[in-house]
Amino acid sequence: MQTLKKIAIPVLAISVFVALWELLVWANGWPNYVMASPSDLPEAYARFWNLFLIGSWQTLWRTVAGLALAVFFGTLLGMIMGFSKIARDALYPLLVGFNAVPKATLVPVLALLFIGQHNFNTVLMAFLISFFPIAVSVGIGLSTLEPEYRDILRSLGASRITIFRKIALPKTLPEFFGALKVSATLAFIGTNLVEIISPHGRGLGALFLSGQTNSNYPLMFAVLIALAVLGIVLYYAVVALERIFAGWAERPQH
Amino acid sequence: MTNLIDIKGVTHAYKTPNGPLPVLNNLNMAVPEGEFCAVVGPSGCGKSTLTRLVAGLMKPDEGEVWLHGELVKSPRKTVGMAFQNPVMLEWRTILENVILPLEIVAPRMSKADKTERAMELLALVGLEGFENKRPSELSGGMRQRASLCRAIVHKPDVLIMDEPFGALDAFTREDLWQTMHALRAKEPFTAVLITHDLRESVYLGDQVIVLSGRPATTQFVLDVQYPGDGLRDLDGLYTPECADMLHVLRDQIKIAQGREPEEAH
Ligand SMILES: Nc1ncnc2c1ncn2[C@@H]1O[C@H](COP(=O)(O)OP(=O)(O)OP(=O)(O)O)[C@@H](O)[C@H]1O
Ligand SMILES: [Mg+2]
Repeated sequence: MQTLKKIAIPVLAISVFVALWELLVWANGWPNYVMASPSDLPEAYARFWNLFLIGSWQTLWRTVAGLALAVFFGTLLGMIMGFSKIARDALYPLLVGFNAVPKATLVPVLALLFIGQHNFNTVLMAFLISFFPIAVSVGIGLSTLEPEYRDILRSLGASRITIFRKIALPKTLPEFFGALKVSATLAFIGTNLVEIISPHGRGLGALFLSGQTNSNYPLMFAVLIALAVLGIVLYYAVVALERIFAGWAERPQH
Repeated sequence: MTNLIDIKGVTHAYKTPNGPLPVLNNLNMAVPEGEFCAVVGPSGCGKSTLTRLVAGLMKPDEGEVWLHGELVKSPRKTVGMAFQNPVMLEWRTILENVILPLEIVAPRMSKADKTERAMELLALVGLEGFENKRPSELSGGMRQRASLCRAIVHKPDVLIMDEPFGALDAFTREDLWQTMHALRAKEPFTAVLITHDLRESVYLGDQVIVLSGRPATTQFVLDVQYPGDGLRDLDGLYTPECADMLHVLRDQIKIAQGREPEEAH
């Protein structure tokens, strides 16, 4: 009953959304080159299903690769900032400044730097756009660890590595996963940005672009929906990981 | 060297943006092996600082801390600590929390032996049956019991407690005092207990040290003569002997706070 509810409610919400969308297009009498309606989409998927499969795969693996890099380097940066106040003071303004740069401006820069390396550029962008929340959350998590937590092990002569592994790391996991949810969405946006902006791109973004150049509006909307679905899948994959590794942080509900 | 803990002329100041803040000033303290030493003093006088020095978590600017005839320069495995906040690791069960020090101190010990040792202590403090619960499923008093088990699971020579019962209600606190005596009867250790509660200091301590206001120095040492022999019982606290000791301590605290002690007594 509980699980049924958990599935039924979102499904119902999506159905209502689709119905409203259809109604809106129908009521305004918009032709499909202004705004496609949901009923136009199945045809687009049926015609281009293989392109959708290939594109989704390319978008997905490059996003996940970028995200994996972000997790690795973000955690590393966070650790450095968490353990050393000097590093924190030095790196923080740099990171904030970097994060404030609109990432779209980096696409041409990267394209010039690494000409023709489309996969590399895409993964790099996904990484660049998504490591910031991870670095900050790990850094803050470590630097705000209550001294008593450290002292239980430090008073036994445990090494810094041991304290990190047994206390600091698990303790920051909930914050880490909070940040990872944001980062997953950001990495996805980064991948799409490169796919859409760079000529001769790949992935769903490139499919969107070809829909645009061929004035195939239903195709463009179909890509948008596919992106949304992929984004949801990615997000809930992170949620599932969170349940496994930081499930203890969920308090029993009363 | 007969004293297990010997603190000789310890002076310490914290560096703050407004210059050094002297916290301890020529503090002396001696605790013979197996004795229980309660430390009281005005709020903010430097009691927690003292525990960190004894544990070797920091070094005093001047003076020496000796444990077991050895000069303390860094943390050592023979110390156990408990704090006002029980600091349970939420991702571990109660049993896994209690085992934690053994993972550091005795990494070779088998899982079964570690579990057996932890279960023995959990039974002693009345937490049998809760070993597989998460800390969030326990009450504050139960968490503090588990925290005490964790502090002594590796059989430390010295147990250092910084107001471990401070956040508990009066009844739970009295329960835990008795648990404390039961633990000592089973597992001899030398203890330093920081407390704000004078009755607690008298009920648990063999000696009570009163620290002066900041910077703290040893202002007064009370040799506790608890009425009755053998296991101390709580009723003893309501005898004239205890009332007298409590009175003396209260006067000393007033002096430490820089107030006049009450006249006649
Ligand atoms: N790391 C630190 N840096 C600077 N000052 C500190 C530091 N730790 C403590 N102090 C200061 O030193 C003084 C003594 O602190 P300490 O925690 O030892 O007192 P305490 O006697 O344990 O207090 P309480 O009774 O409130 O627990 C306080 O004034 C405190 O503000
Ligand atoms: Mg304190």
